[in-house]
Amino acid sequence: MSAAMLEVERLTAWYGAAQILFEPSFHIGRGEVVALMGRNGAGKSTTLKALMALIPQRSGTVRFLGEDISHLKPFEIARRGLGFVPEDRRIFSDLTVLENLDVGRQPLRHHPDGRPAPSWVPEKLFTIFPNLGEMPDRRGAQMSGGEQQMLTVARTLMGNPLLVLLDEPSEGVAPVIVEQMANTIVELKKEGLSVLLSEQNIHFAQLVCDRAYVLEKGQLQWHGRMADLANDVTVQRRLLSV
Amino acid sequence: MSLEAILFQALNGLAAASSLFFVGAGLSLIFGVTRIINIAHGSFYMLGLYLAATFATKLVGGLGFWGGILAAALVVAALGALVELLLLRRIYQAPELFQLLATFALVLIFNDMAQYVWGPEDLLGPRAPGLRGSVEILGRNFPSYDLFLIAIGPLVLLLLHLMLAKTRFGRLIRAATQDREMVGALGVNQAMLFTVVFALGAFLAGFGGALQVAREPANLGLDLVVISDAFVVVVVGGMGSITGAFLAAVIIAEVKALCIGIGLVHFGAVAVNFSKLTLVAEFLVMAIVLIARPYGLLGRPQGAVRNPAEIDDPIRPATWPLKAASAALLIGLLLLPLADKASPYALVLGIDVLIAILFATSLHFIMGPGGMHSFGHAAYFGLGAYGAALMVKFLAVATPVALIAAPLAALMGALLFGWFAVRLSGVYLAMLTLAFAQIVWSILFQWEEVTGGSNGILGIWPQPPFDTRPAFYLLTLALVVAGVLLLRCFLFAPFGYAIRAGRDSALRAESIGINVKRVHWIAFAIAGAFAGIAGGAFAFAKGTISPDVAWVSRSIDAMVMVLLGGIQTLAGPSVGAAVFTVLQDNVMRQTTFWRGLLGAVILLLVLVFPGGIVGALSKRMAARRKPA
Repeated sequence: MSAAMLEVERLTAWYGAAQILFEPSFHIGRGEVVALMGRNGAGKSTTLKALMALIPQRSGTVRFLGEDISHLKPFEIARRGLGFVPEDRRIFSDLTVLENLDVGRQPLRHHPDGRPAPSWVPEKLFTIFPNLGEMPDRRGAQMSGGEQQMLTVARTLMGNPLLVLLDEPSEGVAPVIVEQMANTIVELKKEGLSVLLSEQNIHFAQLVCDRAYVLEKGQLQWHGRMADLANDVTVQRRLLSV
Repeated sequence: MSLEAILFQALNGLAAASSLFFVGAGLSLIFGVTRIINIAHGSFYMLGLYLAATFATKLVGGLGFWGGILAAALVVAALGALVELLLLRRIYQAPELFQLLATFALVLIFNDMAQYVWGPEDLLGPRAPGLRGSVEILGRNFPSYDLFLIAIGPLVLLLLHLMLAKTRFGRLIRAATQDREMVGALGVNQAMLFTVVFALGAFLAGFGGALQVAREPANLGLDLVVISDAFVVVVVGGMGSITGAFLAAVIIAEVKALCIGIGLVHFGAVAVNFSKLTLVAEFLVMAIVLIARPYGLLGRPQGAVRNPAEIDDPIRPATWPLKAASAALLIGLLLLPLADKASPYALVLGIDVLIAILFATSLHFIMGPGGMHSFGHAAYFGLGAYGAALMVKFLAVATPVALIAAPLAALMGALLFGWFAVRLSGVYLAMLTLAFAQIVWSILFQWEEVTGGSNGILGIWPQPPFDTRPAFYLLTLALVVAGVLLLRCFLFAPFGYAIRAGRDSALRAESIGINVKRVHWIAFAIAGAFAGIAGGAFAFAKGTISPDVAWVSRSIDAMVMVLLGGIQTLAGPSVGAAVFTVLQDNVMRQTTFWRGLLGAVILLLVLVFPGGIVGALSKRMAARRKPA
């Protein structure tokens, strides 16, 4: 495992008076695909949002490429190379596919060692997501859930991120799309991208992830290699099954 | 009237539409991205006109005029950027009401600034160099400059459209209009985007104003006239739609121009002067559009705004110390007439304070528990005042009868306007209530035969046994105490729970069987009726009333009272009204620039002291009770 890109220490987050996260600490290495697992309401999405500073009430340290980013604004965090794909997709429904991609466009980025991050243009994204290539001028509002899911991933990639926070890409889309998403993540990993994948579906996570962290009620309950989690039925039953 | 004359008037209307469109488009753009309704947008228009007139007179020639128009718009744009950076940036997370009030404070401050710089006299600019003449159209002379205005509206529409569709900046605006948080998470500097959009919106308003330099004189009343028109334009056109704003501006301007063109018409024995019905016609257009298309001609339902403001705490019945204090205060107020001999002014001020208390409490009824931020509550105060005064003037009724007529007149108005108002929420409601109040004011102002026009109605004095100061004071006290207690009772009744349920979650309230719109409509009507009682008492207290009773500044005074006392408290409006009235009596009248001062007070409240007096007090009490 290479040096950690993202190091998170004792992260907390509140919605009003309700504390959602209770100091989980974790890290993601360069080129790794890491699963953040847990049941509904365990705090997976909240973790990703807190990392992006999209939740005002939070504490803890977040270091990205060695820099403390916990006090930066969301756009500054994104410009450091942290891409965020929200669970509810949040496509700009009035904008066409190409326009959505354009909003996500950011300059090319480099790793600290000077190597460039994978760079993306619409044409290249259309080879990964052929469906999008067939409808460049369709408005977001007229796309299916699966197409929107592809678009939201593609839109974030347009920012040329070094690490992608991917929130439940398998939720609420057809099985064929889920499979395509898994292939996409494997593809991204090959390109050298690191991914933190929030997921409840172990079968999906198992296909693409190296390691896993498991949350329950905002606390970190288990972490280790993905293969170990996949084999450990007891842990799965205790922390994941519904 | 001939067909030619109608067509000629229609051309006039088109010339007026362009500026209206610019203001509306700017308002709409700013709202889309920042979710702030900039009430000071009319002020930007006014400042643009003043600046253009100044540039054109100081720098003679074509450069002074045409360059001056552009320079005026650019200065206003810079002012807009400054406003965004210094003020709005601090309140994006604040409750909507505070945002509205803060921009209204700017209206007051800009108005006094303009008065300070340009004085109270109207300022007329020169005619346009190169376009001084006129063209013969349909056998009449039509000013060339107006033709230029007709052309520039669609041109700017086209430019805006291209910018939004074809540039990255335009795409970012459209994306941010839908989900600004997501735009930020994709790496776009929202703060910068907001500033630029606000400056662009201000530029459009300033440009709209500056273009009128050869058509109308700059005056200090323009800010509120223009913002009311602009509100109607965006409500009719659909918030967020630039094309809608254009369409609406044309419709509104046409309807107004035709009303003026038609002029005096005799229907049998009845003569109707249409040129005095421009505002009523505007209202009718808006009403029809809102019934047929609640989101405007080209608007779409706004997505639920992610309002970060916290939910209000539940209201609680009075504790016994509060009850005891209130009883003691009431006894004190009952004894006040004993001081009449020593200082007669005490009772005069006392009556003012009492009337303000009822007025503010009635506004709080819909604003706090109802969450309906009415910017036009003075309309019902004014209807009450005129209702009572007209009964005295035309029917010479007894004082109590007139005081019953007051709330009835206000109730009628509140039922009519409230029906529309509760169909909208948030900023739409604020805009609509403000526009309604402007309409009531203009009816009071324009319907001279009945209301006496700007002179108002004189000599409305209470009859015996209420014709002495102490007696009238006691009558007012009785009305106000009964009114405040009754409103309080409503809030603790199931009806009051329903009002608050509708405020906190309209959807959930509906799903448990509450007809939220009807509950809020009734609440709106009740609040209007009680404001009417306050207005009726006001008429008798002053003896003379003028259209000013329904003017916007009275609406805003009431909002400031409520906020000063604390919007989340029930005693707040009373405390706020008392403090505000005494302060206004002592301080505000000492200075020429009291409006600017009031604006500064509002900004202070919004930025530093959002809980108000009672809010701050009860927070301290709660902290003392719960030692941490």
